[in-house]
Amino acid sequence: MATDSLVKEASVADMQPAIPHRRRKVQWTEALWGYALIAPTAAGLLVFYLWPVLQTAYLSFTHSGPFGGAAQWTGFDNYRELLSDPELGRALRNTIAYTILSLLGVPIAVFFAALLAKPGLSGVTAYRALFFLPAVTTPVAVAMIWRWLYNGDFGIINYLLSLLGIHGLHWIADPRTALYAMVITGIWMGLGYNIVIFVAGIQAIPRHYYEAAELDGAGPVQQFFRITVPLLSPSMFFVSVISVIGSLQLFDLVYVMMGGSSQSTRSNPAFPNTETIVYLFYAKAFQANDKGYGAAIAMLLLLIILVLTAVQFRLQKRWVTYA
Amino acid sequence: MRKPRSTMTHTLLAIGAAGMLAPYVWQFLTSLKTLAGATRVPPTVVPDGRWDNYGQIFRLLPFQAQFLNTLVMTAARSLGQVLLCSMAAYAFARLRFPGRTFLFGLFLSVLMVPPQLFIIPQYEIIAKLGWLNSLPALIVPGLFSAFGVFLLRQFFLGLPAELDEAARLDGANPLRIWWSVMMPLARPGLMALGILTTIWSWNDFFWPLVVNNDPKKMTLSAGLASLQGQFMTDYPVLMAGSLLASLPVIAVFVAMQRQFVQGIAFTGSKG
Repeated sequence: MATDSLVKEASVADMQPAIPHRRRKVQWTEALWGYALIAPTAAGLLVFYLWPVLQTAYLSFTHSGPFGGAAQWTGFDNYRELLSDPELGRALRNTIAYTILSLLGVPIAVFFAALLAKPGLSGVTAYRALFFLPAVTTPVAVAMIWRWLYNGDFGIINYLLSLLGIHGLHWIADPRTALYAMVITGIWMGLGYNIVIFVAGIQAIPRHYYEAAELDGAGPVQQFFRITVPLLSPSMFFVSVISVIGSLQLFDLVYVMMGGSSQSTRSNPAFPNTETIVYLFYAKAFQANDKGYGAAIAMLLLLIILVLTAVQFRLQKRWVTYA
Repeated sequence: MRKPRSTMTHTLLAIGAAGMLAPYVWQFLTSLKTLAGATRVPPTVVPDGRWDNYGQIFRLLPFQAQFLNTLVMTAARSLGQVLLCSMAAYAFARLRFPGRTFLFGLFLSVLMVPPQLFIIPQYEIIAKLGWLNSLPALIVPGLFSAFGVFLLRQFFLGLPAELDEAARLDGANPLRIWWSVMMPLARPGLMALGILTTIWSWNDFFWPLVVNNDPKKMTLSAGLASLQGQFMTDYPVLMAGSLLASLPVIAVFVAMQRQFVQGIAFTGSKG
């Protein structure tokens, strides 16, 4: 008991900066240096990040004409309008569907990470670089490449399908398939990032668990499901939370894959099935120049992110194992 | 001793890696075809050797200007963040001052908020300063990063305290200790932040799209997207442009893979 609390005390002391051991009052020279060193970042965060959040909250209760002018307080008008806006309903449905489907990327990443984390495997660096390539490629470029692959008339995907006797669709111009096409591209793009996190997680699992399992005659599949998956669940939880937050903010892929400019995007017949919340935010705040309405959409997005993240934290008790 | 299991692992990984690489191969092959060559049915694999698609990009877009804008934005944001964030991170990790915990919490709260909540007021600030369609619009808001402060503070906390303690007893002031003692020690952490910021900045799309709409002031991402709006069906040219625009950052990644992966894994384990 006594040693236990000693260890705790020692580890707490480790986290504190090393300072002379006597208790002391505020040393103002040191404190002033502290303030001076954080001042540039503190000022920048205050002006460009913290104050804007409050400003956005305020703007969401105002309306200003399309040609600027002073914003007028309109109470909950923007929110009322928002909740009865059929475009928001669609954007919400598309975004949620995209977000949930994108979680399919988590098991795929775990699968490849388990292969990559094998001790003594040759060529790890090369594999990792290849899996990571899409994650560092400009999303606009990724969207363009996939638009070309998905092309209904000349796309390589439809050609390969035709070899199997399947007649392919116009994947991203067809309302039935456009969202799924985006999900596939999104998963492809995010896979490498998730794999890196999972490999780090797997490498943190003590080797002797696997050695013991092997002695007991467990094969690789059994080891994967009985050791890797449960002990990796904290990483999977982290990746799921990050993935949901990222998917809810989907914009680049919609903008470029659906068209690449406001006119051509809207003229895509599949646009109503792929428009996302952040696309709607962009359209309202920066194209229609309705800043108040845009701010209300941003506030709604924040609310959705908070709720979904809270739900995930609730659910984690059911499936996440902390060793 | 090679077990058959290892062959199995390599086969599965190779299939996955091929799925990652194949779209780039097709992008490259298409970028060297004429429009007629790219739209042949059935498609041909061998390109027509039309390198002029790359020249075409420079004629359709102010590509040099956009390349330079992107480069300056990326370099300024990365250097700025490494300097400013490490200063603040050092103060949070090593100096004592009233309100330290509160201020750090305030910094962290920025991380919880999606960027859409900053963008409208940021835009209005930039517009009021008369900075729309300029380099400062691309750079300034990106100089400050709560994430960078968080990442580097964690890093500084993991460094031994004896060295800066010794420097302090020798009478060095905190600014000097930060610069001459902490910065050299923290090089791996600084590299990780620098590389992450480089890649994120280069690929940033929403903010540059919104603040700079003059083609000469755009970044590559926005310029490329505008090209697609106008020349939607000239896929060989689009493939050439998208390859050129993503190549620099891919080169950085390939050269610095280890530091980059460490940075990502670090955010994952501490997240």
